[in-house]
Amino acid sequence: MITYEFLQHYWWFLIALLGGLLVFLLFVQGGNALIFFAGKSESERQLIVNSTGRKWELTFTTLVTFGGAFFASFPLFYSTSFGGAYWVWILILVTFVFQAVSYEFQSKAGNLLGKRTFRIFLTLNGCLAPLLIGTAVGTFFTGSDFTVNKGAVGNIASPVISRWGNEWHGLEAVANPFNVEFGLMVTMLAVSLGALYLINNVDSDKLAQQLRRSLMVCFGLFLILFVVVCYNLITMEGFAVDASGEVFMQKGKYFANLVEMPAVLALLLSGAVLLVVGVVITLLRKDFKRGIWLSGPGTVFAVMALFMVVGYNNTAYYPSTADLASSLTLANSSSSEFTLRTMAVVSLIIPFVVAYIAYFWRQMDKKSLTTEELESGEKY
Amino acid sequence: MVETALVDWSRLQFALTAGYHWLFVPLTLGLAVIMATMESIYVATGDEFWKRTTKFWMKIFAINFAVGIATGIILEFEFGTNWSNYSWFVGDIFGAPLAIEGIFAFFMEATFFAVMFFGWEKVSKRFHLAATWLTGIGAAISAVWILIANAWMQNPVGMEFNPDTVRHEMVDFWALVFNPVAVSKFFHSVFSGWMTGAIFVIGISSWYLLKRRETRFALSSIRVAAIVGIVGTLAVMFSGDSSGVHAAKYQPMKLAAAEGLEEGGPRAPFSIVPGVEIPAMLSILATHDVDGYVPGINNILDGYTTPDGERHLSADEKIERGRIALEAFASYRELKDSDPEAAAVARQTLDENIEYFGYGYIDSKEELVPPVTLVYWAFRVMVYVGGFLLMLMVVVLWLERRNRLKDMRWLLWVAMLSIPLVYLAGQAGWIVAEVGRQPWVIDGLLPVKAAVSSVSVAVVQTTFWLFVAIFTLFLVIEMRIMIKAIKQGPNIETK
Repeated sequence: MITYEFLQHYWWFLIALLGGLLVFLLFVQGGNALIFFAGKSESERQLIVNSTGRKWELTFTTLVTFGGAFFASFPLFYSTSFGGAYWVWILILVTFVFQAVSYEFQSKAGNLLGKRTFRIFLTLNGCLAPLLIGTAVGTFFTGSDFTVNKGAVGNIASPVISRWGNEWHGLEAVANPFNVEFGLMVTMLAVSLGALYLINNVDSDKLAQQLRRSLMVCFGLFLILFVVVCYNLITMEGFAVDASGEVFMQKGKYFANLVEMPAVLALLLSGAVLLVVGVVITLLRKDFKRGIWLSGPGTVFAVMALFMVVGYNNTAYYPSTADLASSLTLANSSSSEFTLRTMAVVSLIIPFVVAYIAYFWRQMDKKSLTTEELESGEKY
Repeated sequence: MVETALVDWSRLQFALTAGYHWLFVPLTLGLAVIMATMESIYVATGDEFWKRTTKFWMKIFAINFAVGIATGIILEFEFGTNWSNYSWFVGDIFGAPLAIEGIFAFFMEATFFAVMFFGWEKVSKRFHLAATWLTGIGAAISAVWILIANAWMQNPVGMEFNPDTVRHEMVDFWALVFNPVAVSKFFHSVFSGWMTGAIFVIGISSWYLLKRRETRFALSSIRVAAIVGIVGTLAVMFSGDSSGVHAAKYQPMKLAAAEGLEEGGPRAPFSIVPGVEIPAMLSILATHDVDGYVPGINNILDGYTTPDGERHLSADEKIERGRIALEAFASYRELKDSDPEAAAVARQTLDENIEYFGYGYIDSKEELVPPVTLVYWAFRVMVYVGGFLLMLMVVVLWLERRNRLKDMRWLLWVAMLSIPLVYLAGQAGWIVAEVGRQPWVIDGLLPVKAAVSSVSVAVVQTTFWLFVAIFTLFLVIEMRIMIKAIKQGPNIETK
């Protein structure tokens, strides 16, 4: 029986899936963060830019679709978080906007700012986008300073439903170390994935060697941050919801969710194992280039599991520290049953979309990118 | 209290983003069809000339495409950042087309754009051609969904208000999709993109002819572009006609403002410019009937009865009923747990007056009149420029077929200088559609002042100027790069 509750959970599953795919596809950002660090010569930098440049639209589109799907399925999140944590989202958008034009503009005559500036834009987006997105997702666990009062609509003079409690509009998230750790963890993950992707996609031994060095450092930092974040997640107080919909603080809530949902725990662990294995084999075997195809799916699984931990099992996924009752849960923030049902039918197309993307990806990447190809064919 | 300044700056920011976005999107829509047609000729004839011609326009397409994407993402998220009340109040309906747009259209565009741009040597000729067409089709499909969303804001259908969740909820998806306003809006906007692409290609090709460079390339491009452009313009005219009829039916105030019509009635005249009128023409255009009744601004404010006996409430009556709805809503919320019977009564009052809910926020009837002068002139600029461009394309195509075009230097100058005009017409069109809808964000349901986010004016001003700087920088760079690329030319004849 497809109930309203099932549909809410199904849509949270899709949000988790899109979130997982988005973090995987942040390899574009991670790769760009390495333009100046791993790319020592102009030809190496050009290879990096052109390699991520053939995938950036997928990442960008996934971000847009993540936003659209969130809007369609949980509109109260869209109105509360975007309108409230205003500066965080605006900053994320601005870095992506600079990225969107930088590929096309960087090597064209008449580009005003010069190649180096546009590559700096790419690097900035590469570092800041995962950091900001990660920090924003950190607040899913730690909470934000807002109130929601739907009845306000009846107040002619002041009908605003969602209000932010401070003038920092989201920037205050950095005051909580967990959010920052989370952001840094996502950044290091993105850079590691970027290195893995480039090792796979670019045919240059020398560049691969430099990338492996970056991978070792960034993945090492990632592991440290991962342990810290996991420790916090297990021990911290979480935002639990009781049968009547009331939100309360529960010690070890997120750990309890993992224990009570063994499938999610298994997803998290298998994701973490795949992620680590992909990197370790890449670092141990110099001829192994397929690490991204282990660590990438591993990332998708692990991120999905985290979304499920924060959304499922009677948990408030976007909690309010200002007013617990204002916290957003799957039940109080979702679209109507009719809309979720209609959109569930629409979502059946997703496997088809993923299939054609995968098919063309394979078609286009049968051969790794080389300097020779850039000299003869189209390039950024 | 929601400050007027906050509403105005938020509107300005959205208008800025949408306006910039619409500088890049129509060229994407139109150029996609033109270059896909050119590539089709290449695949059919095997003539390398057409491949090079296609590739040149594709290069221009790519430069433009990136900025369209950049402005588009801001637009999507601004619904949340700056119109947060809107996002909850109607998100149940409005979010769906946005999500569908992403799933169906954007991935298609992103995937096939990469194949189109980098796949010349990687996939077969026919496959590549398919990718080029699919990029264009993806762009058109994305237009379908965003325009369905926009049309719903002009003519909300297929929903019901739920006072428990405090929002409008979708009850009929297909009513949303086949909203008559959406259908004409889609054709009007997408085919105006064909016009933009055509005038752009004709204008630049004319420059080559004036410089006596790349003659075959320029004439061939003009031929393809003019045909696409003429087809597009005719479709724009037909859909424009039905848009007018829809405005008369669903948004009479917008129509009255676009005409500057204070007192309406049957046999309403159409104003060519202030003081020059064609009798009964507006009635013909808006109702397809010489005697059709078209209400003016004052009629709508004071209330009127159409010849068939249907009475339309005055603005004051609507405001009063809106207030009743809002009060009933507040009592329902207050009583629903404590006194179910009284709540049921309040609920019934709310349901009876829900149609006027949005009017409850309106302070005075003057608020209900959009800026008449702006809408009036925007409409005229759109229509007159559109008509001029159609003539231009017909003449250019005719002369090209007779092999006389390249000697008509004055006409080539006119064609080249017409490029800014087509953009002006496109912007003017959106001003009619969006400014003409004021003060509503969703016609009759929600005024802009009840839709805005609770952020300070200074915050919105900061992001407004930030976006002005970023978008303008991008526009300047894009134009510089395009001009360089055009000056460099396709270099077909030297090869």
